[in-house]
Amino acid sequence: MFKSTSTLVKRCTMAAIVIASSAFAADASGPAPSFQLTTLAGQPGGLSQYKGQVVMVNFWATWCGPCQQEMPLLDQMYKKYKPAGFTLIGVNVDKEAPAVKDLLTRKPVSFPVLLDPANSVSKAYHVDEMPSSVIIDRKGQIRYIHRGYKPGDENDYQDRIRQLIRE
Amino acid sequence: MIAALLLIRSTSADVLPDNRADVFYSKYSGGGMDITGYSATGRAKITENFAVEANYFVDKVTGASIDVLSQASVIKDERKQKSATVEYLHDKTTYTASYISSVERDYISDTVSLGLSQDMFGDLTTVTLNFAETHDKVGENNGTADDPNVAWLGHAIERSYGAGVSQIITKNFIAGVNVQIITDAGYLANPYRSIRYLDASNPKGYSLASQVYPDTHTSAAVQLQGKYYLPYRAAITGIYRRYGDTWGVVGNTFELDYTHPIRNIWIFEGRLRYYKQNAATFYSDLFPFADSQNFTARDQNLAAQDNYTIGAKATYAFLPDGWKFFKRGTATVDFSRIHFNYLDFRNIKYYGVPQYQPGEEPLYNFSANVFQLFISMYF
Amino acid sequence: MRLWPILLLGLVVLSSGCSIQPWVKPYERDRLADPIMAWDRDAISNAYLDHIRESREGSRGATGGAGGGCGCN
Repeated sequence: MFKSTSTLVKRCTMAAIVIASSAFAADASGPAPSFQLTTLAGQPGGLSQYKGQVVMVNFWATWCGPCQQEMPLLDQMYKKYKPAGFTLIGVNVDKEAPAVKDLLTRKPVSFPVLLDPANSVSKAYHVDEMPSSVIIDRKGQIRYIHRGYKPGDENDYQDRIRQLIRE
Repeated sequence: MIAALLLIRSTSADVLPDNRADVFYSKYSGGGMDITGYSATGRAKITENFAVEANYFVDKVTGASIDVLSQASVIKDERKQKSATVEYLHDKTTYTASYISSVERDYISDTVSLGLSQDMFGDLTTVTLNFAETHDKVGENNGTADDPNVAWLGHAIERSYGAGVSQIITKNFIAGVNVQIITDAGYLANPYRSIRYLDASNPKGYSLASQVYPDTHTSAAVQLQGKYYLPYRAAITGIYRRYGDTWGVVGNTFELDYTHPIRNIWIFEGRLRYYKQNAATFYSDLFPFADSQNFTARDQNLAAQDNYTIGAKATYAFLPDGWKFFKRGTATVDFSRIHFNYLDFRNIKYYGVPQYQPGEEPLYNFSANVFQLFISMYF
Repeated sequence: MRLWPILLLGLVVLSSGCSIQPWVKPYERDRLADPIMAWDRDAISNAYLDHIRESREGSRGATGGAGGGCGCN
């Protein structure tokens, strides 16, 4: 019993160290899974449209408080870095569109918002926290995943984006 | 005796709840008593990780309970309660500390409580732990409400240890279990209540005497609860609580709630609750003679009883999408009707002429209406 | 001597959640995040009702609830 407990302790300690480190983790590095979704208006949209650009895919929902908090800041960031070859895609995970339409009518954003009601893209990107922001480089590789949002995180986003734009 | 009201009521440890202010009016009428309450509460986040909450509550009692009508004892008149809470969120843990002070002319109570709430296992599980300590000073007003004369009778210390686990089972179902162990020591009786014993020398057939309570009391309660989301957007909640203590009281509580919203404007709720308990070992409605036992009580709270509650609540969002810096504004009315039924406590109102043989008076029962109205502003 | 690995495990589990994969994904918590699924939507009102009951019944304790919600951070 001592041996198996000791291995379990070792594994859990390793997991703890990994998880307890910063909200940014350079895990799941690899090509960003491509996807094809539709906008609220019914227009198709996907990752492939933005080849060669630095892309941030932000997973959000109308029922998620921190998601609402960061939206205006993401919008500002999008407008600021778009000329430099940056795009932000908001992937909404709500099961029903009316609440999304209602929210975006009251608080519009300028970056593209795609709907993922079947959660296929969330699953493909292994989303394990709401909100999650995945930053993808010009070559289509996932470079950073940011989990959650706390005021001040937008500075981290901007640092990473600037870094990838310069590459 | 004053339960710390804020014990297992912490929220999920992922983000601190929104800022909120409430003004609150309540009215209890039943058993000959009317109690009106007014309260104001405010909570605000100072930083994303740190929030404070303060509450002020005033209770005013008018009318006379069965004790007054049967024993001509003095009624209490006003209670003021103040509380302050601080919350600190770090990662997935919320730490809470509260102080509650309750003051009546003849009863002073101070409580300090500490709590911890931890999200685990992908935020599906929340574990809460809490501890509270209350110091009471118990007195008896031997004068009247307008011309008081309070004699301080003793102190009591209460310590409460609580733990809770809340678990998300499916995307529609959340369940929880709470355990709370409370132990108190000191002066634990209600000084306004008396026992009665058979006494042929008294025209009523019985005489009154002071209650004699043990100076310790330990209780344990376990509550199981579950909440299920119905597909058309409603929620159903089931609660069962079992209570037992060293005074021999065993209590069972069953509650069923149904919550039905209409878009983001209305939330309606219906509530059914049933409670049953047996009497404490040293309780009796009528003792055979004076000093028949070491411990004696005739307090209604310790009698064998059951009660049924039917409640309804409606919340209306008059500011569903906010206005200026307010995110949302709601108004709520909550109405409960409770019927109390005593199985071994008799109605001994004395009308000047003995109507019944002692021990043959009708069993006591009464209905109470509880009304609450509050306005909540979220910002 | 055999107790300390279990205690350490407990401490580590408490601080890390031990990377057990949640079976309800964060993007599936829309219903749980609905205010009607909160244990204590109006804590002050519930505390008042508890106070009324505790003043008249012989039972006390174990009421309230925590957890659930959107699980956002």
